[in-house]
Amino acid sequence: MESRAHRFKQNAVDSLANPVLQASMKKAKGKFVDKRAIAIKEIDDFEATREAAKRIRNQVIENLDLWLEKFEQTATARGAKVLWAKDGAEICRLVVEIGKQHGVKKAVKSKSMLSEEAGLNLALAAAGIQPVETDLGEYILQINDNEPPSHIIAPVVHKSLDEVADLFHKTHHTPRKTDIPQLTREAREVLREHFLTAEMGISGGNFLIAETGSVALVTNEGNGRMVTTLPRVHVVVTGIEKVIPTLEDLATLMRLLPRSATGQSISNYVSVLTGTKAEGESDGPEHLYFILVDNGRAEVVGSEFQDMLRCIRCGACMNHCPVYQTIGGQAYGWVYPGPMGSVLTPLYTGLENALDLPHAATLCNQCGVVCPVKIPLPELLRKLREKQVERHLRPWFERLAFRLWAWVASRPALYGLGTRFAVRYLEWLADGKGSISRLGLAPEWTQGRNFPAPEGKTFRELYAQRGRNG
Amino acid sequence: MSSRDDILGRVRARLNRTPENAAAGRASLEATLAERAQGPRPALPTQKSALTERLVEKSLGYSSSVDRIGSYAEAPAAVARYLAGLNLPPRAVVWPQLAHLDWAGAGLAVEARGARDRDLVGITGCFCAIAETGTLMLCGGPESPASVSLLPETHIALVPASRIVAGMEEAFALARAELGALPRAVNFISGPSRTGDIEQTIVLGAHGPYRVHLILIGDK
Repeated sequence: MESRAHRFKQNAVDSLANPVLQASMKKAKGKFVDKRAIAIKEIDDFEATREAAKRIRNQVIENLDLWLEKFEQTATARGAKVLWAKDGAEICRLVVEIGKQHGVKKAVKSKSMLSEEAGLNLALAAAGIQPVETDLGEYILQINDNEPPSHIIAPVVHKSLDEVADLFHKTHHTPRKTDIPQLTREAREVLREHFLTAEMGISGGNFLIAETGSVALVTNEGNGRMVTTLPRVHVVVTGIEKVIPTLEDLATLMRLLPRSATGQSISNYVSVLTGTKAEGESDGPEHLYFILVDNGRAEVVGSEFQDMLRCIRCGACMNHCPVYQTIGGQAYGWVYPGPMGSVLTPLYTGLENALDLPHAATLCNQCGVVCPVKIPLPELLRKLREKQVERHLRPWFERLAFRLWAWVASRPALYGLGTRFAVRYLEWLADGKGSISRLGLAPEWTQGRNFPAPEGKTFRELYAQRGRNG
Repeated sequence: MSSRDDILGRVRARLNRTPENAAAGRASLEATLAERAQGPRPALPTQKSALTERLVEKSLGYSSSVDRIGSYAEAPAAVARYLAGLNLPPRAVVWPQLAHLDWAGAGLAVEARGARDRDLVGITGCFCAIAETGTLMLCGGPESPASVSLLPETHIALVPASRIVAGMEEAFALARAELGALPRAVNFISGPSRTGDIEQTIVLGAHGPYRVHLILIGDK
């Protein structure tokens, strides 16, 4: 997927001006948050469980090469083929090759963010293989001219029922309906045909289990089960950081992932899939491929951003982010939105291509507090900001402004004079109304809100006055 | 250079891998695999009957329904009763490993095979059931095809009370003890399939079953 993260500011302005998106985001706001708050109470010691999950993930990343070799060995022993992809282009090349080799005309897909990173659907279509998204949300996006997702768990959280009704009416040539169960039934029937006729299933992988060479897939709709049960070829496309050691570790992580994501104690389906169809089995794929993808991950290993590789893609950080809640996910411009995306996009697509994302946060640490694997997201965002400064990537006027600020701030008398002038100017602007509705020097600041007016005196003046009054 | 060597090479460089620390790393990896350490566990009752109650309560919470009978011999009649209550025809596809029960005696026409698209009702057993979350663990195989719990709109599962365990950890331990290696498809199922994609409105019956009905055997 081509990144539009460099247009973040304009994207955000557009999102704020989009009434349908704003209404949808308001409707969704709090739903995941409330459900999560209830679900985590079922865990007696949630903090200890988070700590355990952090340990499990760190343990693998600290010896990632060895765990990958182990997984490759156990998966291969069960008849899977393990392939490696450096980037999105290589994912596309490998999947198309596999498809051609097995005479595939149609591929059904369970949600895979890696395939979004690669823009896999376009590559498949170009190679004459029809890709069909089967997660309801992803399907809605696909039939809307391959619209990008706005959330990693709820891809169409920004869309209204009316929009979905129009899309189904237009695409399926059926009478327009606005009943959600009926729309879901319609999608089920359309997609069932695809499940039954596709030769290849493509899925992501929530976890790769080194002990057994298995992939764990977590879904509610059952589409993950469909794409891995019916077609004769199954391709798992997933990141190299997804390995966990044992089935016990899966049990621990499954206490956190669904609760953090959708507020469920467990998702409806958790499938642990190992190897190919056994002798005498009536279902399951005859060929199983794992494509282990780097696409920027290897460079994060051993770096100051290594904590980010623990991420288990639950989406809790975006659900709790005041910025995400206001602008939705598409404004972030790439596959991953919200706080985790604001760290991942610069790391995976280049710091210089996503200059605004590390600043698209208030650093309120809601994301850090809810992260099930304790990724210090605000700290990582701050480090990315530092990197931008170190590499002189900030715009010239910002650099000049900070240099000026530093020059003034290191001269106490001048600083005192400057601030005395500034607060009096602002008080004059407020004109006794207590707030300022238009700031001439920073018009963007007052576009959607007022600037609170200062008292008219600086802290140092007030402090000196207090000193005199005892 | 192959992509494999390139990726692993870069990871090794970032981790300052040397032959010495690789040997130590491998030893700790094998120790981790051998130890199979568990994370913190939520407190669950240890009594069998209390675990059964927990399974029932959580299953109902996941929109499944539950019936309780004394023995396998009563299962066909319980299935017939359930289907009649839903006005569904007395026909089903059943796991081959359950074909020996007297389905015809209860007026049911069953076929022992994997499910096809138009099958309305699928009857399965389960490898075990997990009380903590109200979850069924099904192991796929020639006698227990995964499609039977997936394609039909109604899934009926026979769950022996003797196979109720506390958590996923016990379920995996049981699989290791009884099966050795994991079968190709291990499916943990908690209630009917669902989606909340359109306006976060939960709808049952996305791609899998609309209904999951548990028949608990042997605790009555």
